[in-house]
Amino acid sequence: MTAIGMPAVRIDRTRVVPWLQEYGVYIGVAALLVFNVAFTPHFLSLENFRTQAVQVTPVLILSLGMALVIATGGIDLSVGSVMALAAAMISLYLGYGPVVAVLVALVAGAAAGAVNGALVAFAGVQAIVATLAMMIGGRGLSLVLLPQLDGIRNPGIRELGAGDVFGVPYLVWISAALVAVVVFVVRRTLFGRRIVAIGGNRRAGELSGLPVRRTLLAVYTVCGLFAAVAGVLATARLQASDPNSIGQLIELSAITAVVVGGTPLQGGRVRIAGTVAGAVLMQLLVSTLIKHDLPPSWTQIAQTAVIIAAVYVARERGRR
Amino acid sequence: MKSTAAIGTGLAGGPGGSGGGPAFGSGRGGGSAAEFVQRHGALVVLAAVLAAAALTIDGFFSLGNLNHIAVGAAFPAIIALGMTFVIVTGGIDLSVGTVFALAGVLAAWASQYGSLAALALPLAACALIGALNGVLIAKARLAPFIVTLATMLGAWGLMLAVSDEGTETYVVPDGLAVTPMVQDRFLGVGYPVLLVVVLFAIGGVALRRTGWGQSVYAVGGNEDAAALMGVPVARTKITAYTLSGLLAGLAGALNAVWLGSGVTIFGIGIELDAISAVVIGGTLLAGGYGFVSGSLVGVLLLNVIQNIINGIGGLSSAFQQVVSGSFLIVVVLAQNYLSRRRERV
Amino acid sequence: MTATAEQGGAGAAGPALRTRGLTKRFPGVLALDDVDFDLSHGEVHALVGENGAGKSTLIKVLSGVFAPDGGEVRYLGEAARFDTPLRAQQAGISTIYQEVNLIPLLSVARNLFLGREPRRFGLIDFARMHREAAGILRDYGVEVDVTGPLQGLSMGARQMVALARAVVADARVVIMDEPTSSLEPREVETLFTVIGGLRERGITVVYVSHRLDELYRICDRVTVLRDGRVVHTGALAGLERLRLISLMLGREAEQVERQGATTFGGPHERRAEEPVLVAEELDDRQRLHGVSLSIRPGEVLGLGGLLGSGRTETARAIAGAAALRSGRITVAGVPLRRRSTGAAIAAGISMLPEDRKSEGIIPDLSVRENIALAAMPRLSRFGLVSERRIDRVVDVFVERLRIKSAGTRQKVAELSGGNQQKVLLARWLALNPRVLLLDEPTRGIDVGAKAEVQRLVDELAAEGLGVLLISSDLEELIEGADRVVVLKDGSVVGELSGDDVREGALMRAIADADADAAADPGCTTPGGPAAEGAGRPGGPQEHDGGAGPADPRAGASAGEGTPGRRGAR
Repeated sequence: MTAIGMPAVRIDRTRVVPWLQEYGVYIGVAALLVFNVAFTPHFLSLENFRTQAVQVTPVLILSLGMALVIATGGIDLSVGSVMALAAAMISLYLGYGPVVAVLVALVAGAAAGAVNGALVAFAGVQAIVATLAMMIGGRGLSLVLLPQLDGIRNPGIRELGAGDVFGVPYLVWISAALVAVVVFVVRRTLFGRRIVAIGGNRRAGELSGLPVRRTLLAVYTVCGLFAAVAGVLATARLQASDPNSIGQLIELSAITAVVVGGTPLQGGRVRIAGTVAGAVLMQLLVSTLIKHDLPPSWTQIAQTAVIIAAVYVARERGRR
Repeated sequence: MKSTAAIGTGLAGGPGGSGGGPAFGSGRGGGSAAEFVQRHGALVVLAAVLAAAALTIDGFFSLGNLNHIAVGAAFPAIIALGMTFVIVTGGIDLSVGTVFALAGVLAAWASQYGSLAALALPLAACALIGALNGVLIAKARLAPFIVTLATMLGAWGLMLAVSDEGTETYVVPDGLAVTPMVQDRFLGVGYPVLLVVVLFAIGGVALRRTGWGQSVYAVGGNEDAAALMGVPVARTKITAYTLSGLLAGLAGALNAVWLGSGVTIFGIGIELDAISAVVIGGTLLAGGYGFVSGSLVGVLLLNVIQNIINGIGGLSSAFQQVVSGSFLIVVVLAQNYLSRRRERV
Repeated sequence: MTATAEQGGAGAAGPALRTRGLTKRFPGVLALDDVDFDLSHGEVHALVGENGAGKSTLIKVLSGVFAPDGGEVRYLGEAARFDTPLRAQQAGISTIYQEVNLIPLLSVARNLFLGREPRRFGLIDFARMHREAAGILRDYGVEVDVTGPLQGLSMGARQMVALARAVVADARVVIMDEPTSSLEPREVETLFTVIGGLRERGITVVYVSHRLDELYRICDRVTVLRDGRVVHTGALAGLERLRLISLMLGREAEQVERQGATTFGGPHERRAEEPVLVAEELDDRQRLHGVSLSIRPGEVLGLGGLLGSGRTETARAIAGAAALRSGRITVAGVPLRRRSTGAAIAAGISMLPEDRKSEGIIPDLSVRENIALAAMPRLSRFGLVSERRIDRVVDVFVERLRIKSAGTRQKVAELSGGNQQKVLLARWLALNPRVLLLDEPTRGIDVGAKAEVQRLVDELAAEGLGVLLISSDLEELIEGADRVVVLKDGSVVGELSGDDVREGALMRAIADADADAAADPGCTTPGGPAAEGAGRPGGPQEHDGGAGPADPRAGASAGEGTPGRRGAR
């Protein structure tokens, strides 16, 4: 009996699972939108959309860098701590003016990413371990540098966090620009092709003369840089440097956005549009729960469920 | 028993080897120096750090300070024990930190119903979370780090839900039967320290000398091969993660009793210390190789360093995290180097 | 288990295992089609067939990895269904795979006894375990420190441990999948002795191998699979070799004979005497000890030698994929300065690696992306990829190599092995190389693709490429190469050229110390005394019985103690 039943089920799964992997995230976003339009008061307002777009910014930018890292078959757990490091740098170097402070923060983020990359690419340390160490050490370092919350009164930084052009906040412009850059890199450049090739089969890449180590180093550096951008923007929006709580557990949201968006954790494939949708999905999920007066504990448990479901659905492909 | 009998009969008159010498000698014999560093490196470093601290820091070697270190290390050590099992299977458990915190809150809340409840509830809940991790990893075949990262968030959410979104701090009532069992000393040694010794002894025997322990090593060494060799892979992993959750829960519950309340902030980041300790102790993160005694040494080493950092004025406690992270990397680099050398020998 | 204990002894009646109408379906493929397969007690049963014939599926069904979709398995007279490999093993069916079946980090003894360790007071008794392990392994010709990790052992010794483990576990049926593929000749002899011992104890051995000589030496019966069906089963002794091949290939015997095994043409015309590649004194301290060779344009240089002789390492070193301690590589007169795959490629060296799956294809990428992978920098400007130029190059090679796919956007993982190999060749040819290093270019691909690849090698040489050909298939080496350099233990021990490139001469060059083992298989072409020593400057001394002090392991040769059964010929 089972012999007859089994193939039917399997055929079904072979169709449904890839479809879910590819388009599940858009269905999820659409479903949440429909739900909110129907049940959430004032959801369809320009103001609300602006808020959502601003709130999604940090996770979205992180997930762009994370998508590239995951496409190589790696992972970066340190992005939250790198955000904290960037926040601390802003506060420390604000005396030299906002531009210098932001630049220092970005350089610090890129440097942290480069350390991760060097450990992974040249020393052969597992990505989880290298970035875990950076996650511990980076957070500790930012707390050593800036032990507590520090309010930021610099008008330039405030403008970055709160200002807008044509009614669209700077934050949204910046994340849109970064999305465009990453899409271009992935689609059109040699670097983008190398990322996917390395994730698909690193040995084959090496034998084909690809600069595997250099590419990995660059990918982790970019991820660190993006994390620093997210940290700068989050600090600007908050108008305070808070290395203690900024970016706590945010790596999880970023990884989820990437995986929900159809990039498998095993690498060898990258979906930027899906990643953006994934970040939006996580943002809508949280805001929906909050708008309906569910406590933070619920949002966290709900996120847990979404992550596990997403990874479960994404799992099949990489096994082959 | 059955198996030994089978060996006896199965081998009576082997297949008859070749007349001459062995066809297969061992190609390599060296690597013992690397092996020594891997096994005892942490102990040597610990001894050196202790000696240096004793010589340079006044009052470091006082009984009070040593006991302080030992008790401070006790709860992280219990977590590291569970983490050792998980890492030897080739996995990782990032959820133990928030599971530890959840257990503390649950224990403090349940302590109003007596000692038994104060222990049973958190242990059951945490074992359940551990089992959930195990099932998702072993049966649904999801990557350990992502599953445990997710349940880390989930346990945190549960903890918030139990503690009225983190605003309520439950207090362990005075005169709870279990309190003296945690806070008192026996021959000058705190009970938690004794408990750690007992748990590690049991854990060491379980890992070294039982069939379950062999399965843990086998699964971590090569999962596919282990499955083909008849090792119950899924069951082994599920037990390892369940034990990890259970031990983290035990540590959290005892910690709450020790402190007299369920503090919601404690525990975040503990998973990282536990992982560092295990790896420093010589267990390979790739799995298949490791020992619980090393993890104990690793925990002690980290705590001694923390004690020294605290003793030196002007260094914030966050500095400990920097040291911990750097230490982890140095040890992993050393391990990589050693195992590469071993392959080459 | 209790039942099997009584079944012991060679004289037990009835088949050990029998399948009737066994069927297994995968999406799009009928992997096993109504398979009837019988195994008697104490026989060595050969299971043969081309790649994709269903051998591995059958093995996996018998050993509990796959559940059959239809049909029944009767084991020791009872209907049996094994859901997991564990169940099959507990029942007494053990499978020895080529590599992955033991745990490298665990000690040898623990690997041997995993799951059935001797206990004392409920805990594992290590002293006894080590003692017993050492005793058991001695019978298999393995004398090592059983407390050390398994990873210290050679592949052959590991396989012996796996075999010993199966026997310790009271196996009644042992399935061996290509057991000799990683063994040295001396180890093969030990394995055959051990298999003989198993047969005497009434244990059934299923022997899967492509090496016909081995089958004829040790197997009693044979079952031939083709396209998931059993096309022949019966005693091996009476079966002609050519007939066996034609059963496997599904072609008529005369056809096999007429076409020969390869499709290489005659010798190649050398255009210039100036070599396009010169490698001098390559030394990596471990596997290579001063290998020198040169290839002229339009020449196919064969690299002969046994597994582990340094063939692959030589190719890798030339391609910049392996570290060297010393040595010089010159391409068309220009020395290679930097040692990396990128530098080698830039100089015009392309290498087709041995392991197609793990080092060649990128499974999730399309045929197109896989072909363009190495040439990508040349198909782009300022780091930007030009889709148009990629398409042009890809189209050229898809047509030239006749790569069959559902379009160039199809994932390469969905292609057949032969087409994957052609994709990889296209990847390297797209670089327009001067030197092409081919490491086992036809291993594991179907007959048709093999012929095409061989023809292509001829064509490329005719176009003036220098080709280095590594192949374990002697026929391929002899018919394909103009000249053969023979390696042993990382040194050049001989060179054959012109009319000397013949099987007998090559075999004699390969076999020095291990003459009896290596010269035996497939010595179909009488070498002729003239060939001996002719093309072997600095070749080894006469081979009168294991005088190889250079090889530390050679001293412990099984040597004369193994008469070997060669009756079945």
